[in-house]
Amino acid sequence: MKFALVVNEGPYQHQASDTAYHFAKAALTAGHEVPRVFFYHDGVNNGTRLTTPPQDDRHIVDRWSQLAQEAGLDLVVCVAAAQRRGIVDPDEAKRNGKDTDNLADHFRISGLGQLIESAIQADRLLVFGD
Amino acid sequence: MLHTVNKSPFEKNSLRTCLRLAKRGSDILLIQDAVYAALSATEWTEMMMDAVNEHRIYVLEPDLAARGLSRDRLIQGVKTVGYDGFVELACRNDPVQSWL
Repeated sequence: MKFALVVNEGPYQHQASDTAYHFAKAALTAGHEVPRVFFYHDGVNNGTRLTTPPQDDRHIVDRWSQLAQEAGLDLVVCVAAAQRRGIVDPDEAKRNGKDTDNLADHFRISGLGQLIESAIQADRLLVFGD
Repeated sequence: MLHTVNKSPFEKNSLRTCLRLAKRGSDILLIQDAVYAALSATEWTEMMMDAVNEHRIYVLEPDLAARGLSRDRLIQGVKTVGYDGFVELACRNDPVQSWL
């Protein structure tokens, strides 16, 4: 079965991203597919590589990147939500005249069309938010 | 349809709304702070005991444990599941409604 996940909240302030991550892990372990996770609203903050939690805390951003590397998840960050919150890839940084970029490995910036596409292609759509 | 609720009834009325609108015999999964709803001897226990008779009520066990609560505090008839059980519930039900 194909699961599409949406994360609407940032890391470390809400459990949404943790629950989505553990759900994705369990789904993959059970042999299902999680083709895409869409990060929307404050959820885009899950995609900054500058995140540096204390060493004894979970690294929510790296954890997503690693899962994407292992299982081929497509981690998509909403472009409009990302620009408002200062989440930029090299292309967006250049286009907006920023001096750096901060999008984490295995994340990409795209639009709401990707969310609609996952909703159509997946068997189930689960939303994790406030 | 699988209903997931993530807020404590002490904080928000999403669970009450869910219970009012869910079809009889639905699967309802309590995650995050919603696990507090399944505790016995609270002001929500009576509502939840009715809910257990009408629906299948599940609690995400890791979220219960994360809040220092154990299964023996739960209302009778409430089932606990892990993340694997959450995935199974999502497979069995189409669609999944997140009450946010």
